[in-house]
Amino acid sequence: MNTIGNVTGVIANLVIVETEGTTSQNEICFIKLGETKLMAEVIKVVGKKAYIQVFESTRGLKVGTEVEFMGHMLEATLGPGILSKNFDGLMNDLDKMEGVFLKRGDYTDPLDFDKKFEFKVLAKEGDKVTAGSWLGEVKENWISHKIMVPFKFEGEYTIKSIKGDGEYSPKDTMAILIDRDGKKHEVTMVQKWPVKVPIRAYREKPRPFRILETGIRVMDTLNPMAEGGTGFIPGPFGSGKTVLQHNLSKNAEADLVIVAACGERANEVVEIFTEFPELDDPRTGRKLMERTTIIANTSNMPVAAREASVYTAMTIAEYYRAMGLKVLLLADSTSRWAQALREMSNRMEELPGPDGFPMDLSAIIANFYARAGFVYLNNGETGSITFIGTVSPAGGNLKEPVTESTKKVARSFYALSQERADSKRYPAIDPIDSYSKYLEYPEIAEYLNEKIAPNWTESVFEAKDILLRGKEVYEQINILGDDGVPIDYHIKYWRSELVDFVILQQDAFDKIDASSSLDRQYYMLKKTLEIAHIDFPFDSFEDVGPYFKRVINALKQMNYSEYESEKFKNNEKELEKILGEKRADAEAEKA
Amino acid sequence: MEKDTKAFQRVYTKLFQLTKATVSLYAKGVGNEELAIVDGRLAQVVKIMGDMVTLQIFGGTEGIATNAEVIFAGKAPTLKVGDDLAGRFFNAYGEPLEGGEILGREQEIGGPSVNPVRRKQPSEYIPTGIAGIDLNNALVTGQKIPFFADPDQPYNQVMAMVALRAKADKIILAGMGLTNDDYLYFKNVFDNAGALDRIVGFINTTENPPVERLLVPDMALTAAEYFAVEKNEKVLVLLTDMTLYSDALSIVSNRMDQIPSKDSMPGSLYSDLAKLYEKAVQFPDGGSITIIAVTTLSGGDITHAVPDNTGYITEGQLFLRKDSDVGKVIVDPFRSLSRLKQLVIGKKTREDHPQVMNAAVRLYADAANAKTKQENGFDLTDYDERTLEFAKGYSRQLLAIDVNIETDAMLETAYELFGKYFKPAEVGIRQEFVDKYWKNKG
Ligand SMILES: Nc1ncnc2c1ncn2[C@@H]1O[C@H](COP(=O)(O)OP(=O)(O)O)[C@@H](O)[C@H]1O
Ligand SMILES: [Mg+2]
Repeated sequence: MNTIGNVTGVIANLVIVETEGTTSQNEICFIKLGETKLMAEVIKVVGKKAYIQVFESTRGLKVGTEVEFMGHMLEATLGPGILSKNFDGLMNDLDKMEGVFLKRGDYTDPLDFDKKFEFKVLAKEGDKVTAGSWLGEVKENWISHKIMVPFKFEGEYTIKSIKGDGEYSPKDTMAILIDRDGKKHEVTMVQKWPVKVPIRAYREKPRPFRILETGIRVMDTLNPMAEGGTGFIPGPFGSGKTVLQHNLSKNAEADLVIVAACGERANEVVEIFTEFPELDDPRTGRKLMERTTIIANTSNMPVAAREASVYTAMTIAEYYRAMGLKVLLLADSTSRWAQALREMSNRMEELPGPDGFPMDLSAIIANFYARAGFVYLNNGETGSITFIGTVSPAGGNLKEPVTESTKKVARSFYALSQERADSKRYPAIDPIDSYSKYLEYPEIAEYLNEKIAPNWTESVFEAKDILLRGKEVYEQINILGDDGVPIDYHIKYWRSELVDFVILQQDAFDKIDASSSLDRQYYMLKKTLEIAHIDFPFDSFEDVGPYFKRVINALKQMNYSEYESEKFKNNEKELEKILGEKRADAEAEKA
Repeated sequence: MEKDTKAFQRVYTKLFQLTKATVSLYAKGVGNEELAIVDGRLAQVVKIMGDMVTLQIFGGTEGIATNAEVIFAGKAPTLKVGDDLAGRFFNAYGEPLEGGEILGREQEIGGPSVNPVRRKQPSEYIPTGIAGIDLNNALVTGQKIPFFADPDQPYNQVMAMVALRAKADKIILAGMGLTNDDYLYFKNVFDNAGALDRIVGFINTTENPPVERLLVPDMALTAAEYFAVEKNEKVLVLLTDMTLYSDALSIVSNRMDQIPSKDSMPGSLYSDLAKLYEKAVQFPDGGSITIIAVTTLSGGDITHAVPDNTGYITEGQLFLRKDSDVGKVIVDPFRSLSRLKQLVIGKKTREDHPQVMNAAVRLYADAANAKTKQENGFDLTDYDERTLEFAKGYSRQLLAIDVNIETDAMLETAYELFGKYFKPAEVGIRQEFVDKYWKNKG
């Protein structure tokens, strides 16, 4: 029998319920408002009073209204058919909802339970299995979707019977397992899991040791993201957080991408709905939408569901990781999730931490980021979740709780700078402030030097050094004037501009430039550094800028051309010609 | 909003708490967000704790006595929607200012959001004739964008101009803390343009109580949804001034003892504003709601909680500033942004539009650098001098808000200015466009 209670108080979406029965933290309950059932979650219990946050508008709710507690936490429904779907924060299938407007209490099935899937059996009768063991697989779009022993199953089981190859629906019984006490358990293709609890069906979580290619030069070359790593992108509004995340979702080398649109603009999600079904995945040639799942809880959707949305997204990511897949999880913006926590904490009149955020904000963020990672599954296969979140700091000031808490746990930091965005130097990742701790991991350095080129990391640090020197001399030039400094200062400055324009800047809206392969990144960095090594002779500081502009322009044309194409080679010849002019001057000077 | 006493209405007469914006009493069977009349003033339930009910009084609580009469209406705030709305002005409660009745269906305001998968991607260009907008920050139907302006800028005038040129089927004006003069100005301009039958106004002036403003945007957007959804019309909503709206939010939340967030604004400011702005939408059946708002700044400070949260919500912002070099108010090309411009420029407008836009802004940036150099007492190069001259022409002939020309003419003007001061190599526009469109290559 489920616990029943009655509403005794309402403040916006915080509702207080009195009950004689048992309730538990994070338990799901339904408020029976006439014909409509409003879903809510217990966030605090004091004596007989349960404080619940309602995932809907509470308009018209009265004291005395009945509330039924469901005895479980907020759960994700996991099974074949998740891929390519558009869910809300509670994993309702948005496409199944009727009408143009969202209706309160309209909860739809996350999966298509009538759909048939082609099942291939992977285990056999008598096998010993545990949570997460692969029993079979079905084709979902293009991936092999593993049918697993449910994560809730504790301890060891023996397969009593299992279905053979053939067509089945998600709710068909696929296997019968027997536990140690000889009790039978039926397994279907579908299982449920509480979103706020990490799925731990793996053997080991090592330190990340290889990188996740993103095609974005300023990331891959300068501050690489590790496969199974964590990163975050803070930046004021308009600095390019969303464009960068969309670019990652298009070009990163992942098996699948889960995008949590958390409390941001609806039109940005519409952009994905509209464009991804048309765009090609650069690696597989399939449509991008085939590898993408969207959790859309935009800013005008209920605030409490916004908080749930990041957990729903993470749980789906963990589910696919357990199949041995490489998952990229993106959340835009984690600040909106933190704000949702703040709204509730304020309504509960809790003692506030800095800027009114809950005291345990740091711990909540840390626990969330800790769910990402590279894992060895129990069967020895590997899987990973790489997580990158955006942060929207109030007033663009990075000294605020969400940025600071995230900085403690995320290993790569891609700081978007207002100044770079204003001067249209996109992506506006600040090359000096940003970092990737992974570059300092010996195993990652080793991996890079082996995969790309010996001494690759040395070149990367050299490029960083050029940028730093350039910044320093630029400040000097500004103080002392163009002719108040030696010509050498101008050359140092323009070397950093060279790296900036050719390596850092990348046109997200250009078909070719939007994504750069590692080979190509290696080639361009080598070329750029070669030029930076040349001791160009200049008579006057006024000649430095115009000459470098020509060099930069030629290299940029290369960035805009298909790698190693005829056009690319012609651009390169043009570059060599420009370099040749000065080389001849240099020879002449020596002679 | 009528005060007729129906059978189900419940009347109370004992208040136990009064603040500047709220009253509390003991009452039973009250619904959250339900309307009530307190001493003849409209009020709404904002908190229920057992038998204790807190009401927010839109007209303020001045003079309300502890024995004031409280009548609960049994429903949330509504607006009567119908074609009859067109051509009329209303107060914050949706009552016609000139008196009389509206024929229509009663609709709850602040209704549900559009399912994101039912939206269409905005794609229809809105030319305004103002080059600072069309050339650099093109607007699109279904977009939401505010003017960021100091209080002394002529933002209401610019907004009225944009509204009239936008070819909208309906213009819905939501005035919050509007001065009476500005209200009459809007009325006059629309009247002179013969556009009054396309206008619907919901007006709270500085003479009305500030808390009343909280109803105004929801009223306006409910009317907008009627025309956009049921009549498939292109609706333009003008929200002025959202900073004054936010001030009213902070009055209520502070009276309710909520912990204020940055700049004494409620912690929920982001969600509160987003709920309004996200009503901007392109519907699948052709109707659309476009929102142009005003966010007044204090001393140009965009880090204040109101412009800051707004910038995170809206699809760009249009920054008005006085250019003292040419003595005109311009749309600042650096701090302004239309996030949806990519969807139309070079697609619905001439192919060279994006390139011309970028080149001109880049040259204008070079001029800004030259100006800094000049102010610091350094020598200017010949190139610097030319960029400064270019910047004046660009500001006067294109950025100024009194410009009113077709989009193609804006591009022509830009080429004329390029040709006057620069060689094609210095401007850096793709060669095919230079050949095709640049006439006076010098
Ligand atoms: N890589 C890029 N290339 C070109 N334009 C960009 C790029 N990144 C951002 N922009 C421009 O900046 C605008 C704002 O970017 P967006 O990612 O939406 O910012 P944020 O999410 O930080 O508010 C975009 O609409 C676009 O005009
Ligand atoms: Mg964004």
